[in-house]
Amino acid sequence: MSSLLRTEQLVVGWQQPATQPLDLTIAAGEIVGLTGPNGVGKSTLLAAMSGRARVFSGRIEQRPGLRLALLRQDVPPVVGMPLSGRELLALTGASPEGLPAWLADRLDIRLDKLSGGQRHYLTLWAILQAPADLVLLDEPTNNLDVAGVAHLTEHLRDRAAAGAGILVVSHDTAFVDAVCDRVIGLRGNDVG
Amino acid sequence: MSAELFLIPFLTGLACAIVLPVLGCYLRLRDEWLAALAYSHVAAAGALLALLAGVPPVLGGLSMAALAGAGRRLFALRLSGGASDALLLVGGWAIAVLLAANAPMAERLGHALFDGQLYFAGSQELWPVAIGGVVALLALRALSSRLLLARVYPDLFRLRGLPAWPIQVGFDLMAALSLALATMSLGVMGAFALVFIPPWLAFRRAADWRAGLGWALAIGVLAYVVAFALALGLDQPFGPVLALLLVLAGLLVA
Repeated sequence: MSSLLRTEQLVVGWQQPATQPLDLTIAAGEIVGLTGPNGVGKSTLLAAMSGRARVFSGRIEQRPGLRLALLRQDVPPVVGMPLSGRELLALTGASPEGLPAWLADRLDIRLDKLSGGQRHYLTLWAILQAPADLVLLDEPTNNLDVAGVAHLTEHLRDRAAAGAGILVVSHDTAFVDAVCDRVIGLRGNDVG
Repeated sequence: MSAELFLIPFLTGLACAIVLPVLGCYLRLRDEWLAALAYSHVAAAGALLALLAGVPPVLGGLSMAALAGAGRRLFALRLSGGASDALLLVGGWAIAVLLAANAPMAERLGHALFDGQLYFAGSQELWPVAIGGVVALLALRALSSRLLLARVYPDLFRLRGLPAWPIQVGFDLMAALSLALATMSLGVMGAFALVFIPPWLAFRRAADWRAGLGWALAIGVLAYVVAFALALGLDQPFGPVLALLLVLAGLLVA
């Protein structure tokens, strides 16, 4: 398997270092989980990999030309904005093919008229299905019901089988165990 | 004779009524509608300054608005929470009112800029507004998907290594110049009413983005045509009639 992204003794943060040194490799077709208690820096690591947070020491190596996609926990608000699900998918270049039936027939409805779970899944889908080699997901199961989590699990596997690397940050242990090939547990003082 | 007399003012305002509601949709998308009011006030101050300096007012208005549009991003970095737009607005208003109050030759233009005297528009107003309007609509069409993406998926630009600033500065500049041109004809509040109220109503009702643009355009043009006829029939300044009509429409529909 070819490496998409590799970190070496990586320490990241915003104003000051917020993580312990991390060695990590993500290969094409692999789903890696990052778990750990609140405040350990999981989201900050994703932010650093996507160029938002600061690298204090160590390094991040990416395959040349790597296309990244990122789902943040704080999805931008769309309340009061007339944007349909179909338009959202078209913007990111995501195909609606493969959407669960409970969303496929609601694509022409405004995003702010959907339930929180439906809106979250559509946003997730728009990012997950957009052209990318490595997908970074921060708490993707937030707001999702059992059917949503099951569909996401299956879809992530399909996406990985098609060659994408996926890095998942999640507190949902059952989901992480079900979907990830490898899980890295972050702790406050060391990385296990 | 009277139809010919009012044709150029009507066409000038119509061009504004087509461009401003569409532009307003994108300003609302970016939560930057207050910037529209700021650009109008800065343009008014620039026009009055130019008049006193012996330069054509339209050039002064456009130059000051362009400066505000191009520098807005830098200004906003230091002053968060919309403070940059509010300061531009208040500063522009204060300078414009002081100039109008202290320079007799600026007083008449000041009244026209704040009252909105569309009926005095001539071909020197029509052509810049018409050409600027076409350019603005083409620019919005080209920028549309990136402006929408910047709202719903702001990380995409960084992830793809694409600079976001040319889109932001380009949009700010285009919005400032459009507002400046419209302010010269419709007045400060007439232009703001067209850029704010139709998109506000459209966003409440439209099923999707494309429909939102259509609704905003239809509301803006309809309100403009009715206001033009009303103001003409009742011999009233155009800007306040348009603003009042849109406010009433807003209250009725909302």
